[in-house]
Amino acid sequence: MAKILMKGNEAIAEAAVRAGCRFFAGYPITPQNEIPEYLSWRLPEVGGVFVQGESEVASVNMVYGAAASGCRAMTSSSGPGISLKAEGISYLAGTQLPAVIVNISRGGPGLGSIQPAQQDYLQATKALGHGGFRVMVFAPATLQEAVDVTYNAWEYAERDRNPVMILMDGCLGSIMEQVEFPEMKEPDRKGTHAWDLNRVEGEKRSARLLLPYFPEALLEVKNKSHKAMIERWQKNDVQVEEFMLEDAEYVAVAYGISARVAKEAILRLRDEGHKVGLIRPITLFPFPKESFQKLNYEQVKGIIDIELAIPAQMHDDIALEVLGRAPIHDYCRSGGMLFDDDGIYNAVKKIIDGGAK
Amino acid sequence: MEYQRPSSLKPTSSGFCPGCMHSLATKLIADVLDDMGQQENSVHVVPVGCATLNLAYWKGDLVGAAHGRAPAVATGFKRTNPDRLVFAYQGDGDCAAIGLAEIMGAANRGENFTVIFFNNQTYGMTGGQMAPTTLIGQKTTTTRDGRDPLTTGYPLKMCELLATLEAPSFIARFALNTPKGCLEAKKAIKKAFTLQLENKGFSFIELLGNCPTNWGLTPLQTLDYMNTNTIPYFVPGVYKDKYAEVK
Repeated sequence: MAKILMKGNEAIAEAAVRAGCRFFAGYPITPQNEIPEYLSWRLPEVGGVFVQGESEVASVNMVYGAAASGCRAMTSSSGPGISLKAEGISYLAGTQLPAVIVNISRGGPGLGSIQPAQQDYLQATKALGHGGFRVMVFAPATLQEAVDVTYNAWEYAERDRNPVMILMDGCLGSIMEQVEFPEMKEPDRKGTHAWDLNRVEGEKRSARLLLPYFPEALLEVKNKSHKAMIERWQKNDVQVEEFMLEDAEYVAVAYGISARVAKEAILRLRDEGHKVGLIRPITLFPFPKESFQKLNYEQVKGIIDIELAIPAQMHDDIALEVLGRAPIHDYCRSGGMLFDDDGIYNAVKKIIDGGAK
Repeated sequence: MEYQRPSSLKPTSSGFCPGCMHSLATKLIADVLDDMGQQENSVHVVPVGCATLNLAYWKGDLVGAAHGRAPAVATGFKRTNPDRLVFAYQGDGDCAAIGLAEIMGAANRGENFTVIFFNNQTYGMTGGQMAPTTLIGQKTTTTRDGRDPLTTGYPLKMCELLATLEAPSFIARFALNTPKGCLEAKKAIKKAFTLQLENKGFSFIELLGNCPTNWGLTPLQTLDYMNTNTIPYFVPGVYKDKYAEVK
């Protein structure tokens, strides 16, 4: 298929349709509105259903209902709306239903701002709802990557019977880029999933109970298996881009739009002879721990955490892997303020110069 | 005629308190499913509250919803699986307080499923706090001197509220403290399910029930209490019927 020019939010929406998503419920919030707008006409074209919910709370619970019927289902929102969806996401995890949640993130806390930011990292990776569950969190940096992670998101969600989050900043949601879409997957509605209440005509099966509530001992067993699943993710499912790390004396860490700007700055610094590299987590959870463990700390003089979040949110995850073997600097903007052309270049240059003294 | 346990319910004892009309409401619904041969085709959306206990008694497919969200869960299920008979069973806190937005949204969209609303004017599972439907002057653990409308407002009339909407097809209220009320309720549940199977849209059946435990009355006393207090305020009757010809 030929490449086409598309806006980030719409690219995610079309990728979801290609992935076999046939149900979407959502509530308007900037900067993700093109996702529901696109799906409102696109889903009916392929026999799917779009519902504009009365709230984010209702929308995520509609997704829960659609998932219970074996339908690939998705909802999207931005920071304030994701907080409202926290209840439903926890119930999805509790009942072990697959679904995809998209956060096109903006400035926070509170109503914050509608401009792009990366201030939902901790919410996404540590506690997307009550009760201590985790979800896989994908953070694409290009629209093609956004298409690819969305297209594959249900494979993880259904394999694990757990919700998956796509965390992309409002900048990527709003830009246009060339993307190539994969083939249309046919939705599997044969009632063969262990989690759905679909019934195949004429087939006899015993009743199924999909419950978010468990007796104590069973709940502990279930939580242990959730822990084992997280350990499997860490072993098998980490996605990361390691850029110019081999000889790097300074290692930048950034995801999403920040990683793209950081890369430009790194190429400029490289032209001037500075040995700078980049670790770009594509999965924020599971975090690419190994990328930090295998760094040569005889050679690395500094780590620079670059995020659109103040205070920095990824810093602690980096520190847990670096374990004091190199100083960790933060260079952050926040509230909807973006990195300008020279910002990252100057910040890293200053750290290098300071380190040389 | 042989009187027996509905085959839609498991042959286990009930965990509802003695004399509680939740078990009566459950039995009426199960009887209707038996009559209509819909046990296998039914999907029961279970709420949070005393009615959560139903997850242990029901034989058919069942999905548990978050508190108040049963109409949203039912929306997602029914829209993606339109051939199934979907009903949500909600208590008064679930439906008329925390889930007001969800019930109004689903009713206003005319979603093609049925909500059975059990109104016993209390949060039974959590120990008898004031519900949105608690009567004026009624004593609860959060209104020790009785519900005072000056600070807590008035009991919410869900049938009347929903009947202001264009979309719903069938809205009716029944009291379960007499055999007549039970029989009428059963007929109405059957009508609601029939309408749903004919794709005729949203139906809402309110069942006035009791809570001997939290009302501090014996089961028999609750029957009189309902006649004197509940029924005069929550008047039984049909509040909306777009398809009067369907029985």
